[in-house]
Amino acid sequence: MRPIEKLSQFLRPMISVLIGLSLGLLVTKIAGEDPWNVLGILLRGAFGSKYDFGMTLFYTTPLIFTGLSVAFAFHSGLFNIGGEGQLAVGALAVAAVGMSFPNLPPWIAPCVGVLAAVVGGGIWGAIPGWLRARRGSHEVINTIMLNFIAAGLTSWVTLYLLRNPNSQNPETDSVGAHFLIRQFSFFEGAPVSMAFFLALFAAFVVWFVLWKTVLGFEIRAVGQSEAAARSAGIDAGKMRMLAMAISGGLAGLVGVGEVMGNAERFRVGFSPGYGFTGIAVALLARNRPFAIVASALLFGALHKGASDLDLETENVTRDLSLILQALVILCVSADGVWGALREQIKTLTKKQWQRKNLSDLGDEAKVEL
Amino acid sequence: MNELLVSAVQIFESTLRVSTPLLFAALGGLLSERSGVVNIALEGLMIAGGFGAASVALSTHSPWMGALGAILCGGVFAFFYGIFVIELKSDQIVAGTAFNMLATGVAPFLMKVLYDSSTSTPSLPLELRFQQGPIWGSWICLILVWAWLKFTPSGLWVRIAGEHPEALDSAGIRVKRVRWVSVILSGCLAGLGGASLSIFLASSFSRNMTAGRGFMALAAMIFGKWKPIPTAVACLLFGFFDALQIRLQGVVLWGGDPVPVQFIQILPYVVTVFVLAGLVGQSRAPRALGVPFQPK
Repeated sequence: MRPIEKLSQFLRPMISVLIGLSLGLLVTKIAGEDPWNVLGILLRGAFGSKYDFGMTLFYTTPLIFTGLSVAFAFHSGLFNIGGEGQLAVGALAVAAVGMSFPNLPPWIAPCVGVLAAVVGGGIWGAIPGWLRARRGSHEVINTIMLNFIAAGLTSWVTLYLLRNPNSQNPETDSVGAHFLIRQFSFFEGAPVSMAFFLALFAAFVVWFVLWKTVLGFEIRAVGQSEAAARSAGIDAGKMRMLAMAISGGLAGLVGVGEVMGNAERFRVGFSPGYGFTGIAVALLARNRPFAIVASALLFGALHKGASDLDLETENVTRDLSLILQALVILCVSADGVWGALREQIKTLTKKQWQRKNLSDLGDEAKVEL
Repeated sequence: MNELLVSAVQIFESTLRVSTPLLFAALGGLLSERSGVVNIALEGLMIAGGFGAASVALSTHSPWMGALGAILCGGVFAFFYGIFVIELKSDQIVAGTAFNMLATGVAPFLMKVLYDSSTSTPSLPLELRFQQGPIWGSWICLILVWAWLKFTPSGLWVRIAGEHPEALDSAGIRVKRVRWVSVILSGCLAGLGGASLSIFLASSFSRNMTAGRGFMALAAMIFGKWKPIPTAVACLLFGFFDALQIRLQGVVLWGGDPVPVQFIQILPYVVTVFVLAGLVGQSRAPRALGVPFQPK
């Protein structure tokens, strides 16, 4: 890759993010606020103090997991928009294990919890993987449907099997004390736990698996060209099922930070859309594991910063974060516009226009042969 | 026995009512998808329409203007969606997800600016709401969409745009234009779906009002094999599940436990997964669904 291309690959998403954020901030003018003031509140809200920064990291953690989840599936050519369901099942699995075996020894318990999260989310991810590989039904629709099915089932299990008898809220009883993972006092009470480092570790593992192992090579091969992968003797169906299971497991890990690091229990509807924001995180990072960490930090900061808008402005609420997210996604997703622009400029010169026509003819001739 | 009959009639009635927004939105989704454009943004389009209907009805004191407002809001929202998916060739699933987020964020943002409350619009008095009109409206739309797709040349173009856009292009019909019309109409219909939530079933537009109905409409469309009449049947079936679930909420049937309504709530999604997997019947998407068209 030429250095100029490398630079543009890096700069293009940056520019898209800037355009998206600027548009979103301009919207606040409608509400009679000063966009610069809103930007200031967002920045202060996200990074203003140790506590604020801690909260930003707390929101970043699940977004790293869901971003990795979307990216992992994407490398096998599948679109997993079922993160929301997978993380709910994963989190419920952690809570169920934590409630059922409260007396596990201190070092075993967290490991069992992490395992439960992976297995829970993994099973929920494997279902659409199996359906795609063996029944040929599209994973996008299936993952959407499974999100709703997960919402119904987890709420039923919570209310009828694991309910906290001392609470009016739909939540499970608390997990055993040994399941709780450490929160760092540095962040002055913000629930940043070991789960953050687990997320960083997960990013490393995803990178290692995808680019340094045979399994990862085969998964990416299936994602790039199923036909080529098949003729190389790779079982595309199996790879996709596996990729979806791993993808679901990654989303399930959100449950570790939520249940073991924060709420100490499973609360119905705890996720403010981490699964969907994960799509944005992966898209912005072009599905690169380490870029996902940075991209998750951006969206985590947006989420935290916007939560202060309710108090600090007259007319703008935290919902601005959704608008900003959406505009950033749209601007990044319209990335093709750069290529199209270049094409347009090219076609303006007549000579190249003719050359293009000739090569088009050449293509058609090949097809006829 | 009499009591049973009464509740059967009640459930039938509320089935018709709660399936109305589904039918509007599912017809919208159907138009867009038959022309080859995935429409995951149905949920967002419904939010746009529901909010538009409530606020226009409030300011003009007329439910009819409210319905018009819903059509406009849904159409405009779909226009922006079209810019991204038809012209800029954004990934349709990514853009759809983003538009859902956008609507979820913009509606409370505007409510806060206009009504100083980010949770709901002021409630609409009885004369600003519809009593039965939307039910009829949705079934008339069904007949119109069905007849359009089946009997008219332009309806044929829509179907071919989703199956063999190249063929349509070589016949001299502009594929993009056909998709534009379908997507905008899709927005208008989904907008009416949202309106039937805010100015028909409820008495205001509130946050999270759609509660996944856009996705349920999508499911109904798939369950209905991307065809108008079966889609309407699917909407009725899902509406029936919904009505049943509302009726059984808190009812104690056996063993002293209330009926676990969650299982009825997830039924529409479960049957859709099964149908799509070919385990119950078969459902096939339009061939060119989700593939942007680039004229040569």
